Amino acid sequence: MTTTTSELIARCQALFDDLNFTYAREWKAAVPGRIVVGYMPFYVPRELIHAAGGLPLGVLGGGDQLEVIQGDAYYQSYICRIPRSTIELGVTNRLDFVDAMLFPSICDVIRNLSGMWKIMFPHVKSRYFDVPQNFRDDVGGDFYIHELNELRDMLAEVSGRAVSDDAIRASIALYNENRALVREVYAFRAREPWRAPSAEVYLLMRAGMIVTVEEHNRMLREYLAAAAKETRPRRDNSRVVVTGAFCEQPPLNLIKSIELAGCYIVDDDFMLVNRWERSDVAQAGDPLANLAAAYLHNSGDTSAKYEPDQAKKGLYLVEAVRRTRAEGVIFASPSFCDPALLERPMLQRVLAAHDIPYIAFKYAENSGQMQPIREQAGTFADSIKLWSNP
Amino acid sequence: MTHPNAAQVIKDSAMLKQKEMIASNYSKLETAATDGRKVAATFVPGNLNELIMCFDMLNNLPEINAIQNGMRKKTGGYIMEAEKRGHSEDVCTYVKADLGMIAKGNIGPDGQKLPAPDLLLLSYTGCFTFMKWFELLRDQYKCETAMLHVPYQGDGKITSNMVSYVVKQIKEEVIPKLERVSGVKFDIDRLRENLARSARAEEDLVWVLESAKAKPSPIDAYFGGVYYIGPIFTAFRGTEDAVEYYRLLRGEISERLARGQGPVTPGGDMSHERYRLVVEGPPNWTSFRDFWKMFYEEGAVVVASTYSKVGGLYDLGFRHDPDRPLESLAEYCLGCYTNRNLPARIDLIEKYMDEYQADGLLINSIKSCNSFSAGQLLVLREIERRTGKPGAFIESDLVDPRYFSPANIKNRLESYFQMIDQRRAGGQSAARAV
Ligand code: SF4
Ligand code: SF4
Repeated sequence: MTTTTSELIARCQALFDDLNFTYAREWKAAVPGRIVVGYMPFYVPRELIHAAGGLPLGVLGGGDQLEVIQGDAYYQSYICRIPRSTIELGVTNRLDFVDAMLFPSICDVIRNLSGMWKIMFPHVKSRYFDVPQNFRDDVGGDFYIHELNELRDMLAEVSGRAVSDDAIRASIALYNENRALVREVYAFRAREPWRAPSAEVYLLMRAGMIVTVEEHNRMLREYLAAAAKETRPRRDNSRVVVTGAFCEQPPLNLIKSIELAGCYIVDDDFMLVNRWERSDVAQAGDPLANLAAAYLHNSGDTSAKYEPDQAKKGLYLVEAVRRTRAEGVIFASPSFCDPALLERPMLQRVLAAHDIPYIAFKYAENSGQMQPIREQAGTFADSIKLWSNP
Repeated sequence: MTHPNAAQVIKDSAMLKQKEMIASNYSKLETAATDGRKVAATFVPGNLNELIMCFDMLNNLPEINAIQNGMRKKTGGYIMEAEKRGHSEDVCTYVKADLGMIAKGNIGPDGQKLPAPDLLLLSYTGCFTFMKWFELLRDQYKCETAMLHVPYQGDGKITSNMVSYVVKQIKEEVIPKLERVSGVKFDIDRLRENLARSARAEEDLVWVLESAKAKPSPIDAYFGGVYYIGPIFTAFRGTEDAVEYYRLLRGEISERLARGQGPVTPGGDMSHERYRLVVEGPPNWTSFRDFWKMFYEEGAVVVASTYSKVGGLYDLGFRHDPDRPLESLAEYCLGCYTNRNLPARIDLIEKYMDEYQADGLLINSIKSCNSFSAGQLLVLREIERRTGKPGAFIESDLVDPRYFSPANIKNRLESYFQMIDQRRAGGQSAARAV
């Protein structure tokens, strides 16, 4: 019997709703010696965790279901939500099975959270994971290979076993497959967005932050097969790219609201980690050098990554619009988010230069009131139609 | 007629010297184009002034312009201008003060037009916003930009990988761009000479900052401290002027120390030291004097501050080293205060609390600065837990006058000082009881 999209998405929804991470707990408990390594947005080389016999677990905050009580005591009102809900997950023991935590270099909030974690959870190995902002192989590349080696050593220490090159190569192969499938789902949605509603695609991708890569690959395949078979009504929606939501996640309702308001989301930056490398990471040769080369020369763009070439600044968004035949861009950024909000005016200038319409709003992961967003997105969808059919 | 005493004369000399230095840098910036001087813009943390000087270039620091404009109460308008132009109300107000100033004609704090930079030297040290700030400026000026990525001390230490990465970037990215823009060939001996002068000034600065260990402290290491760090954090580290300034300053402070005098404040000499505080976080600049007054009127002296380490942390022993020129520049960048991880920041504060015999820790949390502010509530808890001394938390902003609420801050400070009194009284009665 084949799986339907609704069955599959129901499973993803259950994983998404489970703030106790039962799946990861059970996975770890099933075989002695397994480790779980948490990571925050926007990017970590999950291959290394997998090669160390670990489950990479994406920690993306508490969403709109978690009541944040203690976490608020650690943050002033003018700091975004994700660090406080992440602390809440920690202090309420929801992450007590996590052996190590990785904090990528995305912004100063997550950077400082890495140190807070060391103090608050001294028994958990936690590491700030730096990525290069210099993209020469002999400069940034060398630095990054060192960083990857240090991470490899740390994971070996946590798991109690060496992480071999061969194991990393095998993991790279699995994650190449994963990224290819993720790209395929995105391409499918961009082609026929009515057949892959964004809330579904979102949940499917979120599942990839929790389940093993092997299982996620199966889920992605099943989804593609099931979605291609099902017919769904096609609406007269406008096609938009959503950007700025790469860290603290928008509430699921916000994603649904955008679509209900008349916008098909044809591209987004919700979880960059699953599409960071734009094509396969090479498998032959030194695997760390291959991961480094992929980071330097073949990875996505986001605010946390420096653009050395002024002429190229922001073009990634224009390319996303062109590639997906989008008609406009929605800047959806978490309140108080430095990376999203500082980048925004530069991106908007580039979009304006390319005659691409946009709107902007802010959200918090626990925003409840969707009416204003629905109205704004609805007006945007209407105006896009007016512009494109004068 | 009263005769100024020796200390007064020396104090005036140090202050006059600094004023002269700042004015002369602004006037050089103003005439840079006609004088054929090239201009580099860069940040206070990770400021490579000694290197910039090797290329006869001038150094213009946007953070300093924002501070100076803040103190002259010009930033409110600039920030509104930037927000009108689409910059979010949530982001760092230094950035918006800078962009607003540019939008309104780029008239610098001294009323003269600032030159467009020839090079944006993006020392990416200790603050994420820096990267975006200079990308935004590059968008305006379309000029050459050199990125110097300084890795964060995530595990609280500087590794050889970090140092060699920064050194390589200085060699392969920064120096070639400085040469290209300035047309001057790099001369490492010139750099060594500059670094030797830096180390001399650093020695005197550390002496001045550590004078606050005395009781009473002859300096205020936060409000006064921001003046003391001025030259070394900006366009003067490595110059003979800076060496001279710190020599004069040390002379002045040693006299005050010898006389048992407290710090000089805008209200005159502080006569009675009642509270000794360590302060974490930058000050507010738009109401700087009012803010300071809330302290000196109560007899509160800041004996150590983390803000005075933001452009270089020298009191743990680091000095620029002419024998290891590029490595020491790398280590300098890596060691700036906000490039240290939170546990290291807490350890440093704890050390200050202890060595400077402070009564408590005050955190001035800056609304728009995540680099400092994210995690400060944990810093407060940890310090209170480790030292048993009371802490206090106030909130304001750097240069956005909308977020400085004098009545609230004054109330908060007054109750904090009362708390310290009670704690002392409690301590004494407990001691008596024993
Ligand atoms: S939401 Fe933005 S500011 Fe907050 S932690 Fe994430 S990237 Fe940093
Ligand atoms: S350190 Fe804080 S105040 Fe300075 S630029 Fe960064 S965010 Fe702004």
